[in-house]
Amino acid sequence: MATGKIMNNGWADQDHVPGIKSELLELNMGPQHPATHGVLRLLLKTDGEIVYQVTPVLGYLHRCAEKIAEGVNYKQWVVYTDRFDYLAPMCCNHAYVTAVEKLMDVEVPERAEHLRVVTAELSRIASHLIALATFGLDMGAWTPLLYCFREREEILNLLERMAGGRMLYNYMIPGGVRYDVPDDSWVGDVLDFITMLERKKLKDYNDLLSYNKIFIERTADVGVIDEATAKAYACTGPVLRGSGVKFDCRRDDPYSVYHKFDFEIPVGTGEMGTVGDCWDRYMVRVREIEQSCRIIRQALDTLPDGSYQAIPLNKIVKVPAGAAYSRTESAKGEIGHYIISDGGQTAFRNKVRSPSFCNLQVVEKVGVGQMVSDLVALVGSLDIVLGEIDR
Amino acid sequence: MSRDAKTPPAGYDVQREHMLDFKVDEQLAKVVESDAKNFILTTVDEVFNWAKLSSIWPVTFGLACCAIEMMATSATRYDIDRFGAGAFRATPRQADLMIVSGTVTGKMATRLKRIYDQMPEPKWVIAMGSCAIGGGPYFKYGYHVVKGVDQMVPVDVYVPGCPPRPEVLLEGLMRLQDKIRGRKGRFVTPKWVTDYAKKIPYRK
Repeated sequence: MATGKIMNNGWADQDHVPGIKSELLELNMGPQHPATHGVLRLLLKTDGEIVYQVTPVLGYLHRCAEKIAEGVNYKQWVVYTDRFDYLAPMCCNHAYVTAVEKLMDVEVPERAEHLRVVTAELSRIASHLIALATFGLDMGAWTPLLYCFREREEILNLLERMAGGRMLYNYMIPGGVRYDVPDDSWVGDVLDFITMLERKKLKDYNDLLSYNKIFIERTADVGVIDEATAKAYACTGPVLRGSGVKFDCRRDDPYSVYHKFDFEIPVGTGEMGTVGDCWDRYMVRVREIEQSCRIIRQALDTLPDGSYQAIPLNKIVKVPAGAAYSRTESAKGEIGHYIISDGGQTAFRNKVRSPSFCNLQVVEKVGVGQMVSDLVALVGSLDIVLGEIDR
Repeated sequence: MSRDAKTPPAGYDVQREHMLDFKVDEQLAKVVESDAKNFILTTVDEVFNWAKLSSIWPVTFGLACCAIEMMATSATRYDIDRFGAGAFRATPRQADLMIVSGTVTGKMATRLKRIYDQMPEPKWVIAMGSCAIGGGPYFKYGYHVVKGVDQMVPVDVYVPGCPPRPEVLLEGLMRLQDKIRGRKGRFVTPKWVTDYAKKIPYRK
């Protein structure tokens, strides 16, 4: 139990020791800091080791992607959605093309939907593996990173065979996917991989990190986000589910063909401490990997034949005038695209609701009153991606 | 074959075994006692450079997507530690190399310069990925993106790709080692590339 208490609430005026004036220490964490997952900057005010105020400062990776959407056409902008959440690019592609298709009112072939689900779930597993690895790294465990990257490389190999790119794919296009299954052995290889992951590798992570005594001491009861706070701050994804709320866009607002598959939504149970602590959020990700494996297996078992593109690849997409909002479940949470079209080749405006941005806000409330080292655990457990926050 | 087999396997050179079985101490004693003088000819620079290139410590400076590939390079499959560059330092004061891995924005540019200034000499910079080289996909409409990190800090090696594969980063590191060694890199820039680079407006 490492939650601290603010020693002196009116410290600015009062003296701890008569005659000695005390004041808050201002600390600057980032933008170049190993525990901020990119270029996040946190302005801290601390009372000794206890955090009194946290202010995230954003904008160090603002890459103007929403403005670029007004300059490039609909298919070209898929490239930039890759670079939002570069840990799970397929999920971001999926979110965007869903919005465009909603506006175009186009029927996507069943095979394309299945391939999208498979690749998006593989991407989600890859993202969660990075989340486990970096969270372990923040907590001082270097070894799990090596194990997580071992499996991640396997996923990248599979997706590279599918889409051509190693990390960023540009795979999904409005009206389908860019490529079909590359060869006959691909489906079998994916099934082999997820079987191995479920049966053997997940146990490795649990042995190494999840039930490690030191890790539990560092994460259980730390950074507790209760249900009300999570809802008030519009948290989504594993952060919301870690707080015990059973909400998942894939089940509650089904898009693509997720309604066909049978899977569970893991939620935080407070197994090691309180509901909504860092360990719960971590464990939700581990359990989501299992569920993703289940979805992939079902999607590949029922992979239909037929076309995989409703619109030919070489055609420039023109979208009728109007506006559409679609939301999908990314690896980090609910990602929404609001597209306004004026009937041309480019979007008039494209607004992205990114999950990491909303999830990050919660540190302003939850980070207060903690030790500085526990703030690192909190930020690590939120699993933010700065490419998505600053866009 | 068991270890205590009497007969040597086919093709085993008994003469060669005798040759390998030399006594180091005896050899050394011969060298020391003999009048012949033994030298290793080198320069101080070469020794220093050899030491420098064998342990380039990069600073932990992940900016964007390329940072994940940088992590992958340091992780299991690619293992940048084989080249002596695996000790990522969290502070620039302990680092020799800055791998600018990702998009440099206007807000980050001053911080990047400060981190570079904080690094002690000798120091090197690798521009990793097309964003760090020249803006990449954000070149045309990216109003907040710095079009090339070489506008602020001197870059030694450019590693192209979006993001570059880990093999490419390792290749870039080896080219940097070549440069530190004082040798010319394996690749010479073709003339058409330099001609083309002159035509890009911001490089006047």
